[in-house]
Amino acid sequence: MSTTVLEGKNIVRDYHIGGGLFTGPRTVHAVKGVSFKVDKGKTLAIVGESGCGKSTLARIITLIDPATAGELFIDGNKVDIARNGLTKEMRRKVQIVFQNPYGSLNPRQKIGDVLGEPLLINTDKSAAERRDLAMKMLKKVGLGQEHYNRYPHMFSGGQRQRIAIARALMLNPSLLVLDEPVSALDLSVQAQVLNLLADLQDEFQLTYVFISHDLSVVRYIADDVMVMYFGEAVEYGSRDEVFADPKHSYTRTLFAATPRADVASIRARLAKKKAA
Amino acid sequence: MPLLEIKNLTVSFDTAAGPFMAVQGIDLSIEPREVLAIVGESGSGKSVAMLAVMGLLPNTATVKADRMAFDGVDLLELSPSERRKIVGKDISMIFQEPIASLNPCFTVGFQIEEVLRFHMGMDRAQRRARAIELMKLVGIADPEERLSSFPHQMSGGQCQRVMIAIAIACNPKLLIADEPTTALDVTIQKQILDLLVSLQAKYGMGLIMITHNMGVVAETADRVIVQYKGRKMEEADVLSLFESPKSNYTRALLSALPENAVGDRLPTVSDMMFEPAPSAAGAAS
Repeated sequence: MSTTVLEGKNIVRDYHIGGGLFTGPRTVHAVKGVSFKVDKGKTLAIVGESGCGKSTLARIITLIDPATAGELFIDGNKVDIARNGLTKEMRRKVQIVFQNPYGSLNPRQKIGDVLGEPLLINTDKSAAERRDLAMKMLKKVGLGQEHYNRYPHMFSGGQRQRIAIARALMLNPSLLVLDEPVSALDLSVQAQVLNLLADLQDEFQLTYVFISHDLSVVRYIADDVMVMYFGEAVEYGSRDEVFADPKHSYTRTLFAATPRADVASIRARLAKKKAA
Repeated sequence: MPLLEIKNLTVSFDTAAGPFMAVQGIDLSIEPREVLAIVGESGSGKSVAMLAVMGLLPNTATVKADRMAFDGVDLLELSPSERRKIVGKDISMIFQEPIASLNPCFTVGFQIEEVLRFHMGMDRAQRRARAIELMKLVGIADPEERLSSFPHQMSGGQCQRVMIAIAIACNPKLLIADEPTTALDVTIQKQILDLLVSLQAKYGMGLIMITHNMGVVAETADRVIVQYKGRKMEEADVLSLFESPKSNYTRALLSALPENAVGDRLPTVSDMMFEPAPSAAGAAS
């Protein structure tokens, strides 16, 4: 039997915007009652356009922001950071990788320190142990020991994203939230990072929540897909179900808008152009 | 006669570590009414080559070419002020970040009318009428009211529409779109691409699409140039490029598309590019 790592029930998040001198206060409903469930070693992809609440949901899952209402279970335990705060134990379980590797690494911190810091804060490992683990992790993500003493600006975008992934994995999390991890990368580098993520998932039995707006990437990496639109989950199902038979009109719009790079559709387009 | 003809273009930047060659001998030509896509990764020199055509590179850049002619006029021979009369009027360009490329201090109406005043010498009433017409053309609702909006009051897609309106304001012969949809959502991307292609067909412009997205190439281009590290790897019409790519690099790029994944792993470019630095001889062009 597979174990459920992450479960959300009717997650709601409202943001209250205080009124200014001339405007009254108002409430933005960023996430409106979203439910989901991810099993160990699986990948849930969340798709939607900017402003649909997918990053807000990511922040709730990563325990950065509390949900306004609803229940969140991680490894079967109910988590409510608004009421009970966050323990070190919980913090270790969920990690996040952000979209822009240029913005998510401290330019004044050496890579070794970037990787050692989670251990320094959350564990009582000695400096030598931390160094050891950081070296091992560098190798795992396809970098070398010689990178330990370098600064972020000495790396390319793809390498930086590898470092961000390595940092997220330092505490052996069970759940990794990936907020558009490859959308800032070139196509060829994107392929390398996606391969790396797949390898790491196999090796550590990681569970991924993969946020993206690129359907071709989602189709490649996801087991389950959730499509969000204005804070609601308009479509939720296994990848094959969603891609084969999209139910909601928004999902269909999304599929129709995705550029297709196969020979048949190029032929069709050229024929149409000739006819016009 | 080709609309734009470039022979053996090289662009180098002076850096502390000596000159850096961003573009190394690119040949390129585009006919009127043609859609040419230039594909490559970041650092392949695709934007730099087009910025060189526009004359928008900083002083540290050295541009050399055997020939760089637009509509029969050699751009390299022109004085800066003569060139300013062509750039923005007959050749115009739109950029990747629509919100960053508009001036936040002025209304979009002012920014559209600025081009019309500079290049067309229209009076106030003509400019306003033309600006409204352009806003309608690029599909912005309530153009009369939106003219007095500032860029921050519009969404990314709308800002890109305004950029397109500015670019086509003087009926250019050539429009260069540098990653016009990279910062936008897929649904908006589709709208912008459709808009660009329909405007191109309507006005018979030449359109150069700079992109790294193979999907965008497949949806818009007639002919494609693939660039890698400042060199041209391959040039072909769009169908034969996707059907039977000739250079290793193009093949690698196409197989790195997630939708072309075979099995569990995506082939990466480094799997297929065994040579350390690509040579022009290794690529079919």
